[in-house]
Amino acid sequence: MNFKLKVWRQKDARNKGGLVEIEAKGVSADMSFLEMLDGVNEELIQKGSEPIAFDHDCREGICGTCSLVINGIPHGPERGTAACQLHMRKFKDGDTIVIEPWRARAFPVVKDLVVDRSAFDRIIQAGGFVSVNTGSAPEANAIPIGKESAERAMDAAACIGCGACVAACKNASAMLFVAAKVSHLAELPQGQVERGARVKKMVAQMDREGFGNCTNQYECEAVCPKEISVGVIAKMNREYRQS
Amino acid sequence: MVVAVTGLVLFIFVIFHMLGNLQIFLGADALNDYARHLDELPYLLWPARAVLLAALLLHVGFSLALANENRRARPVRYVHGDTVQASRASRTMVITGLVILFFIIYHLLHFTFGVTNPEFFHLTDAKGREDIYSMVVLSFQNGWIAGTYILAMFFLCLHLGHGVSSVPQSLGFSESSGLRKNFGRFGNLAGVLVFIGNSSIVLAVLLGKLK
Ligand code: FES
Repeated sequence: MNFKLKVWRQKDARNKGGLVEIEAKGVSADMSFLEMLDGVNEELIQKGSEPIAFDHDCREGICGTCSLVINGIPHGPERGTAACQLHMRKFKDGDTIVIEPWRARAFPVVKDLVVDRSAFDRIIQAGGFVSVNTGSAPEANAIPIGKESAERAMDAAACIGCGACVAACKNASAMLFVAAKVSHLAELPQGQVERGARVKKMVAQMDREGFGNCTNQYECEAVCPKEISVGVIAKMNREYRQS
Repeated sequence: MVVAVTGLVLFIFVIFHMLGNLQIFLGADALNDYARHLDELPYLLWPARAVLLAALLLHVGFSLALANENRRARPVRYVHGDTVQASRASRTMVITGLVILFFIIYHLLHFTFGVTNPEFFHLTDAKGREDIYSMVVLSFQNGWIAGTYILAMFFLCLHLGHGVSSVPQSLGFSESSGLRKNFGRFGNLAGVLVFIGNSSIVLAVLLGKLK
């Protein structure tokens, strides 16, 4: 398969970037989106030009490092799939594919398609610690947790912190991410001690980072590779109201 | 949260306002009587007006401030953007909201202060009451005024469609997706009902059913 890529190239944070047209030739339908970019980069290197910088790590949809906006949709057209797990068979031969980085004030571009997501780390840090007894490993069945809570906590914990929710949100809001983290701990007995303080601190940090506000359009949910539901946002809003 | 609460207050007002207006179908006597009764309850009327005005100002003020923050949260736009599931209504809340704001100002100048059409204002009916009924009917016989009102109700319908569905989410009551779906339906239904209810008055006048 052959594609016409329009890739965002930007030298560094200070320079302005722009879309650059690059051909991707001889792509196999079984390749992942990132493998396709690898091929393009090899060719660029052979020609002596700068390869496209993009983030990636596990390439199996669990680390949340890959971060490409493909034709206007974070992680591309397939729902519930990170860009690294997206295959080229989802596209038609000859397609033009536009690739841009996550766009948000809180996620400044470092280079090309790589953005700085340390704002997320700072939100997690702001959440603080969870009080647990130290010592030997606790017995696994010592703390009973209802099935419903356990399920909801697991659903929220599926968040891999990729930031697609922010990238997709019309307001560049980080509500889905923060809400997933807040709900995950609020559902479990281990998270109860700091429950109220945690949500307040995390929301305050989120605001300080310059993310936008949620207007309930649910674009985040649509692009989340882990299909986290906006129900966690309702949950966080309630937690915040009660804290 | 402020936007949700004030929005809810304004929505409840819109419903009562519509129900009050619909009494026009019961005839001139009923409507003028209702208006008279409202005027005779100043200790209820003025606090209600004060609350509504405050809610309106807070709603508009906070919404615009938030919208501004949201715009600044993405200084560099996407060259090629796309939308997966955000409804058109949800993406045009600021525009529909501002249209409604201007409409409210016009509406008050028109029917409450009698600035735009003083000739229909301060008419009295046979029993010496203020003749609200004739004021409304004479106004809506003008195609421009009628069109403006119907158009405004269309914008209100869109605004309520997203706004009303959003209230429980912002206040944290719609954790389950089933509830969210139902609130979504309720919001759209509320918007459509308000549109039909209020526009029916205008249409009835235009079609000569009310005169
Ligand atoms: S590279 Fe790890 S999730 Fe895509």
